[in-house]
Amino acid sequence: MKWEVVIGLEVHVQLNTVSKIFSGASTAFGAEPNTQASAVELAFPGVLPVMNRAVVEKAIRLGLALDATINRKNVFARKNYFYPDLPKGYQISQMEQPIVEHGRLAIQVGEAEKVIRVTRAHMEEDAGKSLHEDFHGMTGIDLNRAGTPLLEVVSEPDMRSPEEAVAYARALHTLVTWLGICDGNMQEGSFRVDANVSVRPFGQAEFGTRREIKNLNSFRFLEQAIKYEIQWQIDTLEDGGRIQQATVLFDPDTGETRMMRSKEDAHDYRYFPDPDLLPVHISEAQIEAVRAAMPELPDAMKNRFVALFGVSAYDAALLTTSRATAMFFEAVASASGQGKLAANWVNGEIAARLNREGKDIAECPISAERLTGLIVRIADNTLSSKLAKQVFDALWESDLSADAIIERDGLKQVSDTGAIEKMVEEAIAANPKAVEEFRAGKEKALNALAGQVMKASKGKANPAQVQEILRNKLAG
Amino acid sequence: MSLTHQDVARIARLARIAVTEDEIAATSEKLNGIFGLIEEMQAVNTDGIEPMAHPQDVFLRLREDAVTEPNRREAFQSVAPQVEKGLFLVPKVIE
Repeated sequence: MKWEVVIGLEVHVQLNTVSKIFSGASTAFGAEPNTQASAVELAFPGVLPVMNRAVVEKAIRLGLALDATINRKNVFARKNYFYPDLPKGYQISQMEQPIVEHGRLAIQVGEAEKVIRVTRAHMEEDAGKSLHEDFHGMTGIDLNRAGTPLLEVVSEPDMRSPEEAVAYARALHTLVTWLGICDGNMQEGSFRVDANVSVRPFGQAEFGTRREIKNLNSFRFLEQAIKYEIQWQIDTLEDGGRIQQATVLFDPDTGETRMMRSKEDAHDYRYFPDPDLLPVHISEAQIEAVRAAMPELPDAMKNRFVALFGVSAYDAALLTTSRATAMFFEAVASASGQGKLAANWVNGEIAARLNREGKDIAECPISAERLTGLIVRIADNTLSSKLAKQVFDALWESDLSADAIIERDGLKQVSDTGAIEKMVEEAIAANPKAVEEFRAGKEKALNALAGQVMKASKGKANPAQVQEILRNKLAG
Repeated sequence: MSLTHQDVARIARLARIAVTEDEIAATSEKLNGIFGLIEEMQAVNTDGIEPMAHPQDVFLRLREDAVTEPNRREAFQSVAPQVEKGLFLVPKVIE
């Protein structure tokens, strides 16, 4: 039987505020346990939540970027459950009327573009962390993370393959970091993905029963976990079994998903409006203020790069995977007037070197200005592509300009026809066998001769000119 | 609507309140009394009236995003039953 995969994602996006959603405690990552847990997060008697304005503004930012509805009236609800990393006994969240609804996010898989609907994004507080090791049979609780603001972004079950799910997660990750509302650090848990996965026979209208894979903290694990889960569900169904709705965890060591021990009544959260918090009203003026401060969005920038600099859609998509990369490219492309060359170098050498050294574009040793200097010299034929590579390596290792390196190392391409002709004549005289072969119709022999000329010029002769002059001399 | 003894036992478990077999009957009577009152209220015609999340028709004031809470771990943990390496220790919970 042919099966169709259906995937929806829920992403917990940690907002990069300096203080917590309902208290003035710090949200900085990595502090000593419980040094950033105030009386509010510890749920001491009599404390009251006081809402952080920045959380609302950042949520509006995302809503506008997703082309979504921003609900003007927001109510907080209590989601009740008992777990020691949540001392109040409830999580403050939103149930009805989340701040963001009916959004959309475009994704690209290969050549195909697809729009994924975003059901909602709501504001809530994060829980603390439980540590189960080394406490002589007890569990250690760190409440520093408790109360950190989250946006839970829920998609419609619109994805039909693991690749689409990863593309959506990546697009959302790009967007929240681009908007400056989340640091995007997945190792530190700033962007956590839950995947709802089901399969159904092709052509069937109803969805199959889904299982939810919790807490995937890398794109690689997301893809692996979904692939494993799909195969497991198909195998189970083809063996005559049934899928039961469940929450599962992905084990990166075995590459398998396994059932979490499920607590009895765990899903009866008994939501009700939190009497400690009044409704949050969002005014038109507030929305307009956020809109006015919005950066140009990745999609808009991508289209502009294609139109303005003549780069391919594929290159433009790569250039806009992060705002820093896009700004870097734009600076080089504008200053050099060479959009395609700039795209090739930023997506090629720069990306490869950064990747190899585990660096971010912000840590790139070559500034946009110095890369421009190199590109200008490629465009005006001072440098062949081989020499350009040499200059690039030197740029990476020093803080000299491209011109200073060309001068210092004598790397100017030789385009003087007289000089090249002389070298060509010498090469012809010294390699009668290659000449004979070429005249007998062996094209490859020309490359051998050209190679001799390049060698004689120490790589500095203009390769196109060398080829042309060689052909002329040999034909004559 | 009326609650069964089973419903009462379940609600008590969800709320982590110990209710003994003997107390269940009395508790369901009380809860059913409250349900009676709710039924009376639900009988009132509220067509066209927007539900309120709070008894007062006012909105929340928001605070600026700034760190104002100092570290008071020592004071807070002085009343905790068990603490180690800055962590609160609780009976083992693993999901």
